[in-house]
Amino acid sequence: MSTVNPVKSEGPTPREITTEPRFSDRIFRGIVSSGGMISLLVLGLISLFLFYNGLNVFRSEGLSFVTSFEWIAESIENGTEASYGIGAMLYGTLVIGFIGLFFGFPLAVGAALFLSYYAPEWLKKPMVLVVDVMAAIPSIVFGLWGFYVLMPHAEEWAKLINKYFGFIPIFSMPGDFYSRSPFIAGLVLAVMIIPIITSISREVFAQTPLDRIQAAYALGATRWSMIRSVVIPYGKGGVIGGAMLGLGRAIGETVAVYTVLNLVYDIRPEVLLSAGGSVASLIVNKFGEATEPELKALMAAGFVLFMVTLAVNFVANAIINKTVRQG
Amino acid sequence: MSTVTENKPQGSNDPNQMMVPRPLKPWKATPKQLLPDVFGAIGTVIASLILVLVSPLAGILGFILTFIVLSLFIAASISWIRKDRKAAANSVSTIIIYFLAAFVLLPVASIVFEIIRKGAPGLSIGMFFDDMSVTASDAPLSEGGLLHALVGSLYVVALATIVSIPIGLLTALYLTEVKGKASGTVRFFVQAMSGVPSIVAGLFIYAVWMISLGGSYNTAAGSLALAILMIPTVARTAEEVLKLIPTDLREAGLALGATQWKTVALVVIPAARSGLITAVILGTARVAGETAPLLLTVGGNDAMNWNPFSGNNSALPFYVWKNFGLGTETGAERAWTGIFVLMVVVMIFFTIARVLGNKKG
Amino acid sequence: MDNEGEKDMSQTKVNSLASIAATRTPGTSAMGVGLEARNVHAWFGQKHVLSDISLDFYAGTVTALIGPSGCGKSTFIRILNRMHEFIPTAAMAGEVLLDGKDVYRSGVDVTKIRLGIGMVFQKPNPFPSMTIKENVLSGLKLAQIKINNSDELLEDCLVRAGLWSEVKDRLDQYGGTLSGGQQQRLCIARSLAVKPQVLLMDEPCSALDPGSTLRIEETIRDLSKTMTIVIVTHNMQQAARVSDYTGFFLSDGGPGELIETAPTSHIFSNPKDKRTEDYVTGRFG
Repeated sequence: MSTVNPVKSEGPTPREITTEPRFSDRIFRGIVSSGGMISLLVLGLISLFLFYNGLNVFRSEGLSFVTSFEWIAESIENGTEASYGIGAMLYGTLVIGFIGLFFGFPLAVGAALFLSYYAPEWLKKPMVLVVDVMAAIPSIVFGLWGFYVLMPHAEEWAKLINKYFGFIPIFSMPGDFYSRSPFIAGLVLAVMIIPIITSISREVFAQTPLDRIQAAYALGATRWSMIRSVVIPYGKGGVIGGAMLGLGRAIGETVAVYTVLNLVYDIRPEVLLSAGGSVASLIVNKFGEATEPELKALMAAGFVLFMVTLAVNFVANAIINKTVRQG
Repeated sequence: MSTVTENKPQGSNDPNQMMVPRPLKPWKATPKQLLPDVFGAIGTVIASLILVLVSPLAGILGFILTFIVLSLFIAASISWIRKDRKAAANSVSTIIIYFLAAFVLLPVASIVFEIIRKGAPGLSIGMFFDDMSVTASDAPLSEGGLLHALVGSLYVVALATIVSIPIGLLTALYLTEVKGKASGTVRFFVQAMSGVPSIVAGLFIYAVWMISLGGSYNTAAGSLALAILMIPTVARTAEEVLKLIPTDLREAGLALGATQWKTVALVVIPAARSGLITAVILGTARVAGETAPLLLTVGGNDAMNWNPFSGNNSALPFYVWKNFGLGTETGAERAWTGIFVLMVVVMIFFTIARVLGNKKG
Repeated sequence: MDNEGEKDMSQTKVNSLASIAATRTPGTSAMGVGLEARNVHAWFGQKHVLSDISLDFYAGTVTALIGPSGCGKSTFIRILNRMHEFIPTAAMAGEVLLDGKDVYRSGVDVTKIRLGIGMVFQKPNPFPSMTIKENVLSGLKLAQIKINNSDELLEDCLVRAGLWSEVKDRLDQYGGTLSGGQQQRLCIARSLAVKPQVLLMDEPCSALDPGSTLRIEETIRDLSKTMTIVIVTHNMQQAARVSDYTGFFLSDGGPGELIETAPTSHIFSNPKDKRTEDYVTGRFG
């Protein structure tokens, strides 16, 4: 062809197709686009306002805001100077978050595996419904249930753990204070994060290619060895992302944790002891009677909490998007 | 007649008409084959009971632990003896997964049971027509009511919905219809936004409205905080719904010479209507029970406040929180009754969303 | 890598399918019946998809199943190694005998059946999370079989699958890095590692280019010396090239039936049934 027509030897240049949208469409696209940006705007504003309000505290406390354990409001009568540090609270938040994951993650993934590969047809729908209902239960309900129903039992469990595993430092008990411990708060969080991990895991497992599953069965795999060698390698990333989303929820949880956790401004290694921390609970706890400068410190704490959850969620979503939503 | 047919049995001439056997599923265990499993399970229960009785282990917890360990051990050894190691691993993992799934159901069952057990006795018709303005906090449940909290909740949630619908919907439209350059970023940030801790939303509104603008507690501030939590739910669900609308429908509209705006307004949105309503109701169900942001924004009230833009107000979660915080017996009773009402409200939203969502397919 | 295959192809370019088929002497290597299907029926829900199939597969031979799409060939071979039951609505009747014992008898360990009757699928499906080596040995891992000389087995399987020379220097690369034809031979090697008695192949070449197809056909011919092979194929030339026996399936809208089964050369040169003749001469299907 090119020898016949030397002009075409360079190949055709693509024509640019330009669409000049009509006026009404330009307005439409403008409105929709600006509406679509609101989520970006809101997230930006949240960080801006919390940071701005907490700025003085960040300035005066410096790095010790996240490392020191003291939270003392200025008081003229007591002659105390203000000192704000959320180190203990941050540590406590992570501790209860990981205790929640420790109990919630296996249950949630087990339930997801059950729903995907074990459950008989008739049981699938009702059980999915139960998990969805679980996600819709407000956190205050978990809080009250945790306080009145779970805690009496959980204290007994804690005593048993202490009795048989007390030689391990984290299970030791300096006094006899088993109520409102990080262990109990973690248990409540475990229940709360199950639905999110289960539904993400189910989504992930559903992506496992059927031909690989069949290949495993055709090689004489049992259901379990198939899951171990096909489903889990495929879904690992997504399930971990789901666990991180759960952790994000646990870190930000306020009311449910506050009702079942005794806030202590100290880092204690014993998880069964009635002494723990949670940044979100700190905010609720101090907010009511906070003075103006203390309020600013709470804003600063809120900013830190926001950044931590945002980071956890970013990573979690990035992992999940990579494994699930791209196929 | 009959002898004739008997002499000519059907299918003897045509092999295709031969008796077709019954479809079977030989891989499904028959009830008879399941008997050993059933007996095994019952045997394990009995064995665990005996073990718990004769050993220092005690109570339901001891029984459950013994039962789990025993059933794993028995299943593993039977599979190993009858088949091989691989079968043993398979049955052990099967039992573990069944137990894990059962343990997921347990807390939900407990929560529902306790809400009914502790919340239902306090219910009365009168509580839906009275507030707590003239009732002492330690007065019996027959006095006072939670009308103010119901009205407060209605206000906060309604206002939050009004704010969230346009923003959530526009976001979804941007992601599915406009498909602008920033789509990926916006989708990512909407996902991130659904992870914003509720307390942070409350703190943010407080920082803007109360600190920067110098306002005081009011209902509208509470609903703005809830809207922050509701927008991502609405946007993400609506996006899913709009994605399901077939592209030909849009192209059909555009091919008729309609503008994109007309196509979206007159073709796409009506086609997705019930799904979009589901999206909004799901969002509502999510925020109706939120407590933490309201603690920082609406301030709480024992009386009715009909003005959403000024003065403190209450809400159902706030009512529960406050009565629980009293630490008294009647406080706890009121809190559980409040939870009962709150759960009924949330479940009504949830059910409507479910039914509408299922109708859509 | 496909040069050899292409040369092969040009050599075997013959017009008459019968003459291709005649190059193989049917039944000479037959060592008795390895796998038998007895009055097999299949259903999906209420739909009767296979009716009364009885077919013997002789050890040491290749049996090709041909027929138009939707006649139940694939369903049939999935019944043979009990992959049929993964479809929730599936049901069946009849018997499949491996060494004279019904694979559907109650109490049988289904994983053992599938170890004895391997399967290669239409689309190559190596496990992407595993290396080439791990893929070949994956069957052992899945079935928790311990062996000492795994390197020997690895080489043996890859050699028999005709892949050894191409991958021996990159056994630790992932399976997904291979070409489609190589992936399919990897899947064959993977099936061989558990030493099955029977190998079922469900249109193993339909997703491959002609060169790779010929390589796999060579592999099939080599393998048939030691095992029973059943291959479903749409490609009649392929059936003629690789098989000793051919079964022709057809569905006239109802359930699929086995119209005729005979040594391959007979099917292509001298079919007994008019419908078989119509199909192999390309008059329909």
